[in-house]
Amino acid sequence: MDEIRLIEVKEDILADNNRLADELRTRLKEKGTLLINIMSSPGSGKTSLILKTIDALGEDIRLGVIEADIESKVDAEKVSLRGVPVVQIRTGGFCHLDANMVNQGLEAMEQHTVDVLMIENVGNLVCPAEFDTGAHKNVMILSVPEGDDKPLKYPLMFSVCDVLLINKIDYLALADFDGEALRRHVFALNPTIKIFEVSCKTGEGIPDWAAWLREQREAFVKEWS
Amino acid sequence: MHELPITERILKIVLKHAERNAVSKVLTIRLGVGSLSDLEDDWLQHYFNYLGKGTVAEGARLDIERLPARALCDACSKTFDVPKGGIRGMKCPACGGGNATLLSGREYFIKEMEVL
Repeated sequence: MDEIRLIEVKEDILADNNRLADELRTRLKEKGTLLINIMSSPGSGKTSLILKTIDALGEDIRLGVIEADIESKVDAEKVSLRGVPVVQIRTGGFCHLDANMVNQGLEAMEQHTVDVLMIENVGNLVCPAEFDTGAHKNVMILSVPEGDDKPLKYPLMFSVCDVLLINKIDYLALADFDGEALRRHVFALNPTIKIFEVSCKTGEGIPDWAAWLREQREAFVKEWS
Repeated sequence: MHELPITERILKIVLKHAERNAVSKVLTIRLGVGSLSDLEDDWLQHYFNYLGKGTVAEGARLDIERLPARALCDACSKTFDVPKGGIRGMKCPACGGGNATLLSGREYFIKEMEVL
């Protein structure tokens, strides 16, 4: 009879991903590309926000988009109509993007010079929060119809993001949405998070968000040069 | 929800160590998972049973220990436990400071394994 042995492993399950994510952050910084990871539930308005952001930033900032979906490329098609370089990643059933998938997207984006690269993560408030994509800033969208209680249900997502965009504020009159309660829950989780109220339908609030993005890009370039 | 990719990574690491140590069968794998993670233990085991088929880790049991979440107060540098359910409403018990850095609670790692 073989004897039972104990092997010490002591290995981080996500170490590979975290290492690659750090590498990507450094590599992109050297190239002057600010990587923004956009996360939300399905239907909160990630694609609409990207389209509005492209329009708001105009031509002096060169944008690129990495689209991630479990299936289909409908989002990539919408974005490419704006004349912005876009790469579609099919995650093949995976519920989130990881650094390796982003790395593949970057290789496909190689021939373009991009100042701000936006990642549209898979629509999901749970898994994308756990996997570092290599982004410099993490941004999430919560839309008014989803309700103000989401920070209680998905605390990690609200904790890891630098920005929360409250989208579809044109629905406020129709919804039982307590903006004060939302802010209270969110700030309790993440006191430094920046909150913007926007409507991708009416365009309200989009200039403030675009101005923030512009500031981040400027600060990034200054730090780098 | 992302138990499947996590399980794939666990299996990859386990098989690497099994090969290095000339293991004929993996019996138990001890994992440390931060208490802020929402991984479902049952699903990890379920996926592991599926992915591990035909390998030396087939049938191995995952023994998952939840590790407490700790935070470091930015103001007074004392550490404190983060309540289960998240860092919501985290106030330093020593000085009442509202800003703190999470030290642990989100980790996933393989501690050790029992093998033949």
